[in-house]
Amino acid sequence: MSVLRVSFCLAAATLAASAAAAEVQVAVAANFTAPMQAIARQFEQDTGHKAVAAFGATGQFYSQIKNGAPFEVFLAADDDRPARLEAEQQTVPGSRFTYAVGSLALWSAQDGYVDDQGAVLKKNAFRHLAIANPKAAPYGLAATQVLDKLGLAEAIKPKIVEGQSIAQAQQFVATGNAELGFVALSQVYKDGKLTSGSAWLVPAALHDPIRQDAVILAKGKDNPAAQAFVDYLKSPKAAEIIKSYGYQVSAP
Amino acid sequence: MHLDSSDLAAIWLTLQLASLTTLLLLIIGTPIAWWLARTRSRLKGPVGAVVALPLVLPPTVLGFYLLVIMGPHGPVGQVTQALGLGVLPFTFAGLVVGSVVYSLPFVVQPLQNAFEAIGARPLEAAATLRASPRDCFFSVVLPLARPGFITAAILGFAHTVGEFGVVLMIGGNIEGKTRVVSVQIYDHVEALEYAQAHWLAGGMVVFSFAVLLLLYTRRRAATLW
Repeated sequence: MSVLRVSFCLAAATLAASAAAAEVQVAVAANFTAPMQAIARQFEQDTGHKAVAAFGATGQFYSQIKNGAPFEVFLAADDDRPARLEAEQQTVPGSRFTYAVGSLALWSAQDGYVDDQGAVLKKNAFRHLAIANPKAAPYGLAATQVLDKLGLAEAIKPKIVEGQSIAQAQQFVATGNAELGFVALSQVYKDGKLTSGSAWLVPAALHDPIRQDAVILAKGKDNPAAQAFVDYLKSPKAAEIIKSYGYQVSAP
Repeated sequence: MHLDSSDLAAIWLTLQLASLTTLLLLIIGTPIAWWLARTRSRLKGPVGAVVALPLVLPPTVLGFYLLVIMGPHGPVGQVTQALGLGVLPFTFAGLVVGSVVYSLPFVVQPLQNAFEAIGARPLEAAATLRASPRDCFFSVVLPLARPGFITAAILGFAHTVGEFGVVLMIGGNIEGKTRVVSVQIYDHVEALEYAQAHWLAGGMVVFSFAVLLLLYTRRRAATLW
């Protein structure tokens, strides 16, 4: 009897909670995985709403969203795909904004392998350099721009291996299959220092700025949690988290 | 035609990969299938299960372990480095190894079925005629198991052509070396080059249908005989 009563109470409580707190489906670029997890936790604590995140490559999300994927908010790795979705009327008009500006890092899992000037690239003594697919991932495109600017594109091209997302590029380096690779600083950086290995923080002047835009998608138009999440993403509290992973936050 | 040179390179590479993988699998798979068909060992169950694993494991599991095991810190990677071969991920040889693992059950199981269907009697008959076991295998078993070999080769080839997840995880997307058709299609879709994606993807559908049609009409023909 008491078990029954408890389960009734639980069911009632769950129903009550779900009536007040909504859920929002968020498609998140792979490079923003770690900060998104931290923000989602904080968001749920502070608002009671729940942000359910899917992580992947921005290009892939774009295709999925165009073809009816049930995402309500899109945190892209660039400013191009959200703008395209906006032009194609797949978003809530006026909801697009830059939530983070990404930094590129040349990273190796080995301590001391990458120097803080990136001279290791010119020495060219490695077997494989991992980057994200430049056609699909903005960090991959930025990596090719850096190699072009340094005049190393031709010399290094045969050694480049591509991951389908920046997460896979990092995985190639983390497993030691590529000695080094261009990754998002956020993947290897926390609270002002590297989490492991060695890295060169690539100067922003060597590539186009990696502006990461967010947008509320048409499917999230009537979901209060979608708006709440985007507002939260703009809050100083979220900005602190975002910055702690090595991103810059542009002035609102 | 919307196929450019990188598409053609991907098609050529895929055909090379599938052919070499099929050839290797017929060589490796035949003794395994023969043993599985004939043995009364207690190991038959476990070995059969290991061979069938790639049927049920997601390619991500295979790809992940291959990446780690063949990497510079993994056991296979240590051996290949010691032999002066470097490491296998991001190479054509690495893809061949991955594909052999991935397509193993598709070759071993049809062969095993074919060997089991022959049964003991033809072999006993051959033995009474003083055929050596080796002679037995080459003059009795192989001809009788011919349909099994053809099925195994077709399935192994087609399954390797259709491989995606494993290649994605250990390939590194290098044109002419590891970028096979399935990955090329994925790239086109991600880059919104839908026209090129359609040509390749449509080609895959036609190819796969043709292969399966060949397989099933052969099967029907075989049962009619």
